[in-house]
Amino acid sequence: MDWPLIIAALIKIVVFVFFVTLPLVAMSVWAERRVSAAMQDRVGPNRVGPFGLLQAVADGIKFLLKEDFTPAHVRKGYFWLAPALTMVPALLTSAVLPFGSRLFGEKMVIADLDVGPLFVFAIASLTVYGIVLAGWASNSKYPFLGGVRATSQMISYEISLGLSVVPLIMIYGELNLGRIVQEQAVNGWTLLPLWGEGLSVKGFLLAIPMFISFIIFTTSMFAETNRLPFDLPECETELVAGYHTEYSSMKFALFFLGEYAAMIIGSGLAVTLFLGGWSLPFGWLAPSGPDAEVPWWHGVIHIGAYFAKVIGFILFFIVVRWTLPRFRYDQLMRLGWVFFFEIALFNVILTAFLLMWLK
Amino acid sequence: MAYTVQRPKLKWWEQLYLPALFSGMRVTLGHMVRNLLGKTKVTMQYPEEKWDSHLPDHYRGAPALVTDEHDRERCVACQLCEFICPPRAITIHPEEIPSDDKWAKVEKRPFSFDIDMIRCIYCGLCEEVCPEQAIYLRKDYAITGTSRAEMVHDKAKLYAIGGKRVGLVNKWNELK
Repeated sequence: MDWPLIIAALIKIVVFVFFVTLPLVAMSVWAERRVSAAMQDRVGPNRVGPFGLLQAVADGIKFLLKEDFTPAHVRKGYFWLAPALTMVPALLTSAVLPFGSRLFGEKMVIADLDVGPLFVFAIASLTVYGIVLAGWASNSKYPFLGGVRATSQMISYEISLGLSVVPLIMIYGELNLGRIVQEQAVNGWTLLPLWGEGLSVKGFLLAIPMFISFIIFTTSMFAETNRLPFDLPECETELVAGYHTEYSSMKFALFFLGEYAAMIIGSGLAVTLFLGGWSLPFGWLAPSGPDAEVPWWHGVIHIGAYFAKVIGFILFFIVVRWTLPRFRYDQLMRLGWVFFFEIALFNVILTAFLLMWLK
Repeated sequence: MAYTVQRPKLKWWEQLYLPALFSGMRVTLGHMVRNLLGKTKVTMQYPEEKWDSHLPDHYRGAPALVTDEHDRERCVACQLCEFICPPRAITIHPEEIPSDDKWAKVEKRPFSFDIDMIRCIYCGLCEEVCPEQAIYLRKDYAITGTSRAEMVHDKAKLYAIGGKRVGLVNKWNELK
């Protein structure tokens, strides 16, 4: 029993899940309400705490004190299981994201798996089950429609999600997220190859399929997390509240948190794969190799850079939500199956040709 | 008449949807920047800012009964407001004015006149229907209480809110 490893992993899990991800969820709820209010010429919550920062705490207390009502017409087992199935995979996938280089010699990733993106896609697909079960178990029209729409939407966009990452893996040659970020720290971010080995004809030519890949990945991430413009499963104007109509207090809070946690993890993954993870631009303070010695203040700066990028991405999610109207259902399916699938396949072939030609 | 919806033929870069996204984001981010710089002022920070001093004239607040310049209560307990009130907030018990009273020819006045403010929807129909111009909607909107009994305004409270109103038509004068 490798006690130091287990204890270190436990500390990282507790800190990263309870003191980072969940507060970040609360922060993103606050940011969503304030930013959306700013975009709509109003103010948003500003009474609880300075600038309304404690509004999430007030909401949490409200959810705790509210009556957790289970209607008589639901299928109880699945009804109770569904919120957990939505929240837990989102938190599980955070285990492979590297949120820093090293701090006091300890790698800042909970599980340094060699199959990072594969793990993420496999576990993230489990959130579909949560939504489907919620819609099915609620035993009423609107959640049923929401659940069915959610299933088809998420299945359609998972294909393009996976296919859009394939060119990236072809270029980097490995699936270990920590080593991908290390590569980007030294040789230029995937989207901005402006230093190291990226500043070359090869780098710029490869940035074209990477850019297409980024667009497909981001849009599919919007679809996977049921965020506007793909939020048919839970739209307020069409389906009362979609798949979480029949849920109250803590179970609803779990759905809510699960959606925002999935958004954060999706942003984290996009930042790791395309925007250089924890690295600073132009190769500043980049460690020379995956096992290099990193001074503690470099480690702290890297963690800060990661979270700054993730927060920027979350703000992008929020701004897009309040800018675009919702897609119609047939438009959504057409986009997933006709356009993104073909473009992602074409992207893979294009990357293959470019790599062969540039060898 | 048939109305043809214009469906413009989009060029290939417009069909990408990204230019539409960016122009939309320009609009929303413009609004956001203007709001954060304090240039849009739509929201009133209640209760620090109130608009009690410049409520519009037609603002419908809480209902109140009025007396005329001879200190006679104008209400004659016809119960029209009670019957027209949509949530049935008004309850009136009429009584006879005794024959030795100065205003005996009016014949009726309310013994009790209760408006349940929890039910009142501030629609103003009672003010419109009253044939005696006895009930008016005032300008106060923050009616609060700590119990349901406290939220029922009885006749004394209604006349206290209403006060005296002069310059109205006097139907019951000596000539008639």
